[in-house]
Amino acid sequence: MNPIFKGGIPRLFFFVLVILAIVFMVSDLNSPRTRDARNVLSLIMTPIQWLVDMPTRIADDLSDVLVSRRSLVKDNTQLRSEVILLDQKVQQMDSLTTENLRLRELLSGRERIRNNVQLAELIGVNPDPFQHQIILGKGLEDGVFMGQPVLDARGVLGQVVDVSHYTCRVMLITDARHALPVEINRNGFRAIALGKGSLEELELEYVPDTADIRVGDLLVSSGLGGRFPYGYPVATVSSVVRDPGRPFSRVKAVPAARLDKSRHLLLVEPVTENREESVNQQESSEVQMLNE
Amino acid sequence: MSKRRSGGIMIVVGTLIVGFILSQMPLPSMLVWWRPEWVAMIVIYWVMALPHRFGIGMAWVSGLALDVLKGSLLGMNALSLTTIAFITLILHRRLRMYPLWQQAMMVLVLVGINQLIFHWIQSLTGSTGDTLVFLLPAVVSAILWPWVFVVLRGIRRTFHVN
Repeated sequence: MNPIFKGGIPRLFFFVLVILAIVFMVSDLNSPRTRDARNVLSLIMTPIQWLVDMPTRIADDLSDVLVSRRSLVKDNTQLRSEVILLDQKVQQMDSLTTENLRLRELLSGRERIRNNVQLAELIGVNPDPFQHQIILGKGLEDGVFMGQPVLDARGVLGQVVDVSHYTCRVMLITDARHALPVEINRNGFRAIALGKGSLEELELEYVPDTADIRVGDLLVSSGLGGRFPYGYPVATVSSVVRDPGRPFSRVKAVPAARLDKSRHLLLVEPVTENREESVNQQESSEVQMLNE
Repeated sequence: MSKRRSGGIMIVVGTLIVGFILSQMPLPSMLVWWRPEWVAMIVIYWVMALPHRFGIGMAWVSGLALDVLKGSLLGMNALSLTTIAFITLILHRRLRMYPLWQQAMMVLVLVGINQLIFHWIQSLTGSTGDTLVFLLPAVVSAILWPWVFVVLRGIRRTFHVN
């Protein structure tokens, strides 16, 4: 056998690589500038993400094609009845909106602003069970930005934590590193909903024992962090434990969004303070809701 | 000679890409902790089989690619894959002599080291649980090793990568 390594085991090279990796990690943690490098690298890896998503996509398309007439008819009737129900709910919407506007004027409050939304499709899920992240098929090219809130049909889903050209990465509200300011829809009590690393559970931090909070209360986003728009459903309170031995009560909630099932998601354009004035002036012309 | 060499590299990169895809494949939530570390296994195989061509440099690059793909801290997989590639490099003569089950034991240890490095870095950056389930992929990888080994050896022999 020939000698394989002329200079023996490449120890020096190994140390150089280890130090390089550590430098990468530290700079990734500390400086936002590595994000550009990451964007370029993600661009190279994007085809692999598409490839991974291919089987699901094909299965979706196939199930669209190979569907029986009977189930189509059934779907159709079901959707029709749903439309009637929703129509009935919308009938009063216009008058209620105007009434709300008038009351807000009386209170000299601000107008409530509707948010621009953009539809995005899920193309991947982070396989690491410690990180609740999903990948969407919209990126910088579509105007996605860091911190953009993401909703599904039922409620708040998460926020964008990483953008590349054609994809973006969304951290779900149940990720152990995520926190979200919420309020109780019933009485406006404010709290912070923390992710616990489990898809079915959020926890409310620092809720005093005397707070008026009950099982079944709906939590909506309070908009206080300046990141999530006000008033979208976040979770439903599932348990309240008041233990006299603890300084705060333990409140758990079940997320409203279908975190592990939604495939079509909405990226929301949040309304920030300085933007609010201009949007207010030309609200009806500029802000439009995407009907989907 | 040189033409054949470049062809061999394409095969190695091809198996790595398959590894990347497998490591991203969605799994049912029951099995989410049981995902084998495909890329680590493929790196171990190529370092063991072709230590003069597939070294720790390649391991580092594939680790970085995996980091980007997984969205983990940039350099985390690079660090762990380089480490296990380095250990494999030291041990490769012995590993080649081992029967398959004994190799699988070594894979258990190597992927275990890989997972430990992950766990340390993740706990340094504050996102981890306090269970030992993060070691499960090492067990699954060891169980799957004989098949991975046979398949990769088949590929290597069919395409004369050496």
